[in-house]
Amino acid sequence: TSQQALYDHLSQVLTKILDERPENVVDMFEDISKEVKLTCFSKKLDTLREKKEISPLCELAEIQKALFYKTTETEEDDWESPLPNVMEMAFYFEQAGVGLSRDETFHIYLAMKQLTDGQPLQRCRFWGKILGTEMNYFVVEAEYREGEEEEEDEEVMETESKESELKTVHEELNEEENEEFQTFPKSTYVPPPIIPREENHFGANKYIYFVCNEPGQSWVKLPMVTPAHIAAARYIRRFFTGRLENRIVSFPPFPGYEANYLRAQIARISAGTHVSPLGFYQFGMEEDEEEEETVRDTYEENPDYEGYPVQDMVESLSKWVHHLQHILPQGRCVWVNMSQKRERDEDEDEEEEEEEDEGPDEPEPEVGPPLLTPVSEDAEIENTVPWTAKISSSLIPQHSIAILQSNIWPGAYTFATGRKFENIYIGWGHKYVAENYCPPFPPQAQVEYPSVPEIFETSDPTVAEELAYRQAMEEEHKGKEEMEEEDEEQDEEDDEDD
Amino acid sequence: MDSNIIHLSLDLSSFSGIILSPEQKAALQKSMVILKRDYKFNRVLFWGRILGTKTDYFIVKGLGSDELRSKAFLYSFNCLDWFLLPQSTREIVTSSYAIKGRFIGDPSYVYIYVETEIVGEGEDAQEEEITVQVTEEFRLVAVIAQIETEAAVVPRGAYIKNPYGQVNTNRRFEGLSMTEAKKLNSYFHFAEPVRLKKKTLLEKADLEPSIDFLDSLEDDLPSGSWSLQFEKGNSVVVLRSLLWLGLTFYHIPLTSHHGYTYIGTGQKNIDFPFML
Repeated sequence: TSQQALYDHLSQVLTKILDERPENVVDMFEDISKEVKLTCFSKKLDTLREKKEISPLCELAEIQKALFYKTTETEEDDWESPLPNVMEMAFYFEQAGVGLSRDETFHIYLAMKQLTDGQPLQRCRFWGKILGTEMNYFVVEAEYREGEEEEEDEEVMETESKESELKTVHEELNEEENEEFQTFPKSTYVPPPIIPREENHFGANKYIYFVCNEPGQSWVKLPMVTPAHIAAARYIRRFFTGRLENRIVSFPPFPGYEANYLRAQIARISAGTHVSPLGFYQFGMEEDEEEEETVRDTYEENPDYEGYPVQDMVESLSKWVHHLQHILPQGRCVWVNMSQKRERDEDEDEEEEEEEDEGPDEPEPEVGPPLLTPVSEDAEIENTVPWTAKISSSLIPQHSIAILQSNIWPGAYTFATGRKFENIYIGWGHKYVAENYCPPFPPQAQVEYPSVPEIFETSDPTVAEELAYRQAMEEEHKGKEEMEEEDEEQDEEDDEDD
Repeated sequence: MDSNIIHLSLDLSSFSGIILSPEQKAALQKSMVILKRDYKFNRVLFWGRILGTKTDYFIVKGLGSDELRSKAFLYSFNCLDWFLLPQSTREIVTSSYAIKGRFIGDPSYVYIYVETEIVGEGEDAQEEEITVQVTEEFRLVAVIAQIETEAAVVPRGAYIKNPYGQVNTNRRFEGLSMTEAKKLNSYFHFAEPVRLKKKTLLEKADLEPSIDFLDSLEDDLPSGSWSLQFEKGNSVVVLRSLLWLGLTFYHIPLTSHHGYTYIGTGQKNIDFPFML
């Protein structure tokens, strides 16, 4: 209840109206009255001190403020700065109708500068943004300078040692269990051999990726991708949460954390959507003669590339080529023959000799399209064309640029103009599916026992059968008795002989 | 988003990656003013963009005297020439449920699919196959109507229902406070309420009829279908629908600035239950 006389209130309202003279006073009279009442109640009754506000807004502002200070480091190094002109690329993408707002891009630009200052990078570029349900990821693709990767290897070692620790713990547990329950049968399941991951700088691990949730936060390097991650990522379809250490709970089980899933999706998206204008990259000359059989995986920039007219690039998809290797069903870019490896293992422990019989049929080597294949040869998914090429402006064709949009990975875009081109991905990190996603069925349950005739329940005999059986038994009994009598007689005879 | 402040609004909804090129933005600003005059709309809002494999549909929404019920949608390919879409009906929406795949970008394209229908009753019932033909224009109408009912979002208090039952913008809406902005129940579906009528009296006790006349996002089923985030260092609330990927709602707390756009493929994310 407002402890005020109506007279005072009305006079205050009227004063306010006369002072401010708003339009349509009749319509908003209630509002004014309410406002006057609110202004009266400014008396503060509690004497508690206000808690100091810790808002995330201020925290982030503090972090991002640090980006704006110039680092005092002097430019004594003789290498070229690996930092690309992100704002220029953003300008071209804006023509294409893709991208983030300008100040967000600038924050990313500054954050990338921070990254290149802190890490010995040869090359880096803004890969894109992956949306998550709680936070988003900004992804930067980079390459280390040669000979600067020791720390990285150490990390790999660490993870491996962790894995082995886990394994040993498991084994110990198993042993303990075995001691307790000796009677338990041993599992005959032999896990399929682990496909080795590709070396750094090769195949799906050609680049390293740094991610952060907000520009200005520290960049986190993603772990290298393994074929198992890629294979598992193909079967699942999940939202990213924005927390790298989040466990992926899925079926079929994903062997790792969200960081691994993110890295696998990045590898798949890169392999599928990183395209460049035809002729921008060419194969090195030396390799042509020597390595005819192996897949060529290196290329260099073509210094003579001039670029095609935009109209040509829009009309013909064969003017665009993939410049990253296709990821094979195995989860690697270069196929390894696992059966050979397995045989070698089996020689060591002879227990598994049975399986060796299966060895001889060599698996077909998986072959993907070679590097620098035009995108016009990409497969369609359920009548959806894989790529759409567009021109940025129909009104001013002189200065327009060509845009290529991927329909298989919605959110992946490429632009090209003259010698400049760039790929970007901004989206949820999921491949397009025409039909709805269907998780694979769980495997068939194992049979508990062999189905042999002895274990089946026999049907109850009828009276007739029973009688027949009894008769048969009696006859047999008689026969036996006779036999026994004969035997006894014989025994007696034998005794007498002794 | 309003035509007057489209620059600012587009900037705020650019967190999901697809924006408008400067050419399209400039064209929109001009043509929306003309649309408002020609169709006698009270307000014209940019609604979104549906990506096709050949071309994209740009869509604007024209509002009449009642912002909730009197609305019309127009589409365009170049942001200049606009074509009025027919009003959505139940038949149009149900007939396009079965259509799969991406939009093409050609309104006269005909989708054909076969539907089995049971004719007759009891023992005489027979399955009959009917081929259904739906043009892309009708599919567009259906998809827009679906998104409007399932994913159009407004902050609580931004709209007010007057004694005549009309819904209009609340002049006195000053934005959600920071604490309110973090809760899903301060956001409403901007569509005819469905679940509100089913609430018990006890649940309805605290509601204010002039403001709480819409369904809250909190009661959405399946739950978890909204991703609430703060962008630009907590200064903008961004709500993304996980059922309609591409729908972005933004609101700057403590200001009356809010809006939503749909920029996506026009397909509902039916895989949602597997993805959380």
